[in-house]
Amino acid sequence: MELKEFIENFKEVFDDEELTGINGDTFFKELDVWSSLSALSLIAMVDENYDVSITGNDIRKADTIEDLFALVQSKKNV
Amino acid sequence: MALFTVPHIEVKGVSACVPPTVDRNRESRILSDEEKEKLIASIGVEEKRVADVATCTSDLCCTAAERLLAELGWRRDDIEILIFVSQSPDYILPATACILQDRLGLSQECYAADISLGCSGWVYGLSTIASIMSAGKMKKGLLLVGDTTTKLGSSKDKTYEPLFGDAGTATALSYYEGYRGLTFHTATDGSGKDAIIIPDGGYRNMVNSKSLSLENSGGGILRNRLHCRLEGMDVFSFAITKAPKSVRKVLESVDIEKEAVDYYLFHQANLMLNETIVKKLKLDPEQVPYSIREFGNTSSATIPLTMVTELKESLRTRHLKMIGCGFGVGLSWATVYFETENIVCPDLIEYKHE
Repeated sequence: MELKEFIENFKEVFDDEELTGINGDTFFKELDVWSSLSALSLIAMVDENYDVSITGNDIRKADTIEDLFALVQSKKNV
Repeated sequence: MALFTVPHIEVKGVSACVPPTVDRNRESRILSDEEKEKLIASIGVEEKRVADVATCTSDLCCTAAERLLAELGWRRDDIEILIFVSQSPDYILPATACILQDRLGLSQECYAADISLGCSGWVYGLSTIASIMSAGKMKKGLLLVGDTTTKLGSSKDKTYEPLFGDAGTATALSYYEGYRGLTFHTATDGSGKDAIIIPDGGYRNMVNSKSLSLENSGGGILRNRLHCRLEGMDVFSFAITKAPKSVRKVLESVDIEKEAVDYYLFHQANLMLNETIVKKLKLDPEQVPYSIREFGNTSSATIPLTMVTELKESLRTRHLKMIGCGFGVGLSWATVYFETENIVCPDLIEYKHE
C-alpha cells in the first residue's frame, strides 16, 4: 500500500467537501471539516479499503495522516 | 463457539408500544442548525419517542403484551415463562419480570427472570427463552424487551441525546414438536465494557456525593457519573467488524444463500453504522428495513419495533425467512435465523396512562 493512495482514500471520507493541500504531514484533527462523525467514516474507509479495524484510541493517538497510514500498515502486517 | 439451534420453538406474535411524546432532532436545543442537518444525515434519526417521568419500560412492555395476548387469544394460565430484557428496570430489586408476572395476571407457576443486556438483548433473550421452553416442553412464553434509553443519558450530551429513543416490545413464542426452531450465534467481549457504560450507581461505584456533579467532557458533552457514556468510535469499529461475521456464521450454519433471506433485521444503532454493515454483507437494500428515522436507537427494542413498524403486513400474511442481529453494550453481539408464518402483529401502540 502507498501513502499517495491512502491520502486519496482519506479525502473520500469528506465526500462533499473541498480538500486542498492535504499531504502526509497534515494534522487531520485540525482540519475544519474534521468532526466526531468523520472519525466514524474514517474507520469505515480503513475497514473497507484495507480490511483493518482501527479503534477510537488509535485515532486519538495519531496526529498526522502519515501516522494513520503507518498504523494501518502495521496492523495490515500482523 | 456459541452457534446452536433450539428446536420445537416458533415465534407466534410480536407487538410494540412507544410513548406518545415525539422529540424532533430539528428542534434540538443543544445542536446548531448546521450540526442538526449533518447529524441527521449521518445517524439517520429525525425523531424519537420519549417516555415521561411516570412511564417505565415495564409499562410499555406490559401494554404491548396485553394487546398481543388479546389478539392471539391466549389464556394467561398457559404462559409458563416470562423473560424481561432491559437495562432500565423498575427497581434495582426485585426483578421486573416478577412484577410483570403479577401485572399480567400470569400463573404463579410461571418462570420469570430479568436479563440485563442492551442492543444484543432481543436476540439473547430469544435464545434464553427458546432454550428453556424447548428443554421444558413449555407450551407458551412471553419475551418482553425494551428500554427507556432517554432516561439513561444526559440531555446535554450531543453524542447521546440525538440518537436514543424509548420503546417496549412483546414477542410471543410457542412449543411445536418437530418445528425447525431457531438458530443462534452469540458472542461477548467484556474487554470493551467501557465503550458504553454508566460508571456510578451499581455496586462497583456506589452512588456518592460526586455522582451527580456535571462534568464537561468537551465536544458538547455535559454529563454526570450516573449518565450513560458512549465511545462512538469504539462501538463503530466493533460493530462493523463483528456483526457481518456473526451474520455469515449463521447463514453458513443454516446453509442458506443470503439472497434467500426475506429480511435482515439489524439493531438500529445509527444509520451510517448500519449502512456500513449492509454494504460489507452486500445485501439488497430491499432486504433491510429501518425504523431509525422515526424512532431512533431504542436499545434492545429496535428489532421487534422494526418488525412492527416496517413489516407488519408481510408478517401477518406471509411465510418469512429472517435474520435478526444485535450488537453493542457489553460488548455483546448475537444473530438469529428464524422463520415466521402469518403471525399476529398488532399495529404500533401509543402508550396511555391508566
